[in-house]
Amino acid sequence: MSAPSHRGIVARTLLVTVAMFGFGYAMVPLYNIICDITGLNGKTGRVTVAEVGSPAVAATDAVDAAPREVIVEFVASVNNGAGWKFEPTESRMTVTPGELYQTSYRAENLSNATAVGQATPSVSPFAAARYFNKTECFCFTRQVFEPRGARDMPVVFVIDKDLPINVDRVTLSYTFFNSPDQQT
Amino acid sequence: MSADNAHDGVTHHAPGDHAPEHGHGDHDEHGPASGMMRWITTTNHKDIGSLYLWFSLIMFFIGGAMALVIRAELFQPGIQIVDPMFFNSMTTMHALVMIFGVVMPAFVGLANWMIPMMIGAPDMALPRLNNWSFWIMPFAFAILLSTLFMDSGGPAGGWTLYPPLSLQMGDSFAFVIFAIHFMGISSVMGSINIVATIFNMRAPGVTFMKMPMFVWTWLITAYLLIATIPVLAGAVTMLLTDRYFGTSFFSAAGGGDPVMFQHIFWFFGHPEVYILILPAFGIISSIIPTFARKPLFGYDSMVYATASIAFLSFIVWAHHMFTTGMPLAGSLFFMMSTMLISVPTGVKVFNWVATMWRGAMTFETPMLFAIGFVIMFTIGGLSGLMLAITPADIQYHDTYFVVAHFHYVLVPGAIYSIMAATYYWLPKWTGNMYDETLGKWHFWISTVFVNVLFFPMHFVGLAGMNRRIPDYSLQFADWNMVASIGAFGFGFSQLLFVWIVIKCVRGGKKATAEVWEGARGLEWTVPSPAPYHTFETAPDITKHMVR
Repeated sequence: MSAPSHRGIVARTLLVTVAMFGFGYAMVPLYNIICDITGLNGKTGRVTVAEVGSPAVAATDAVDAAPREVIVEFVASVNNGAGWKFEPTESRMTVTPGELYQTSYRAENLSNATAVGQATPSVSPFAAARYFNKTECFCFTRQVFEPRGARDMPVVFVIDKDLPINVDRVTLSYTFFNSPDQQT
Repeated sequence: MSADNAHDGVTHHAPGDHAPEHGHGDHDEHGPASGMMRWITTTNHKDIGSLYLWFSLIMFFIGGAMALVIRAELFQPGIQIVDPMFFNSMTTMHALVMIFGVVMPAFVGLANWMIPMMIGAPDMALPRLNNWSFWIMPFAFAILLSTLFMDSGGPAGGWTLYPPLSLQMGDSFAFVIFAIHFMGISSVMGSINIVATIFNMRAPGVTFMKMPMFVWTWLITAYLLIATIPVLAGAVTMLLTDRYFGTSFFSAAGGGDPVMFQHIFWFFGHPEVYILILPAFGIISSIIPTFARKPLFGYDSMVYATASIAFLSFIVWAHHMFTTGMPLAGSLFFMMSTMLISVPTGVKVFNWVATMWRGAMTFETPMLFAIGFVIMFTIGGLSGLMLAITPADIQYHDTYFVVAHFHYVLVPGAIYSIMAATYYWLPKWTGNMYDETLGKWHFWISTVFVNVLFFPMHFVGLAGMNRRIPDYSLQFADWNMVASIGAFGFGFSQLLFVWIVIKCVRGGKKATAEVWEGARGLEWTVPSPAPYHTFETAPDITKHMVR
């Protein structure tokens, strides 16, 4: 009995192995794309000022429509609790969809050393997340703070006019982290 | 090879016996080498199968000892015996050892022993790779178990390794990841070998639809392993780079998402649970027809049901994550697809019952374990169906109800099938009959205690007791005490199993080639014990039933 060649089947199964290892990594961008499209996990949209138009133009557009008001609540938390004071400068705003608004969060380094932090945003309910567009945001960027230093960080946002009609309250939550590159 | 026994493809060389007539320098017909080197250098599928099975048995007692630490601590409310961190590393290690060190190696061992004999092949397709597949395992588990002796302690964040908790583990983290990588490499190499064997090594006339169900279920399992173990490897590599190389796949601080880990993990993890049960289905489908003395009812539907389960296992993973806040459409999809799995699984259960229907049944130990499997696996399947219902799952999530569910499908499910297989094929492996009286005692003691152990977990789970916590509220005290008594009873009764196996290896009533009156399949055409080399000439399958 001559030994059959197994080269073909081994090559094919190895190819599947390598491809599935790659697929594991491909799930990362796929996951983010799906979250961006659907607004899952509170991932917010991001637009430029040009797309929204200036606040004045947006306001004139809104004249025809029935005035709609949405309450935006601002929430802040610090991951692992220590080393930072982090809070919104105002806890809530009443806004009209389609108009640009500005608010800020204040972070303070409570330690006696220079520290780097960064924040990640989340919006709930998830159904509202993709209608919540930030034109300026301090999120995902490294923020360097002097020892005991404090700073206001602005957020400029606009809520899309297509926000589902049943949503009348949106919560924007920021979590402040020690930057990963200085975690031990 | 002598002509007088060529008709059934069997060479009657006793182990260690050199065939005198061959002088062509072909070493394939030698018996095993002697001493330790036999086991280290072996490329013989039967030797490697035995190595896997012994390894699995040793790990079964290590993982079982961990379970007894857990149950001893939970005997009473409060913290009595171990500190909570060690308790958590016990739950984590118990799972890793039992899944990767017991059930998977036992199935691979059975595949090594039985698949070549069932399809009339002389050995596995890639014998040297086979040796590697096994010998990686002891090193992987040495690394994994060594973490328990490190200053930072073993992994304690659960076997699912969810970040951010798993990223806060001590320095043992890297060792755990590398151990998982090694286990994965071993599994993938073993699977490639099994696929190559089944595709290329079948004896002439053994068509796919004539293969025994055990071969079919392993073929599909091997594909599941090849498709999902690399995804696990990717997920744990991401954890590793998050921890040591500054990436932020799962760290929210860097824009990553911990929930994404759960998606990647369970994309591996759900097919994994079918990896742990499909070969069991194959074993049960071999044993029930033998002792019912009827062919397997609905063979074709069994094959298609197995394939359907494998396919569905890839699209149900998020049912482990109903509490992460999925949108309604997602919850509905994963709920419906999960419930759909009960259809092919039900086909299997009905086919087993129909095979027994009006059969001339006898109840030797393998049959007892097989019937125990059918009944108790179905209990675990039904509680799984309850967990599939999203609104109910949100209530049951992370309670002992979940623990009861997956232990019912894994202990009186997968483990019972392995024990059934051991009793069923032990006479073929050793040439001796095991002690039937002791075997029956082993079954009944195990079955009583396994239910005393796991059934009360349904009650405390529905009442709200959390899993993976070393302490609990007073109202759960009674049933936890009952479960702990069951655990110690079940654990110690497995020593009886070891004794029966050792006794059978050492001697006993000689087994015939057929062993069982109603047995069909090529493995029963070779003498008992199976010669070191079988089917070096392909068998004539017109003379024997392949299944």
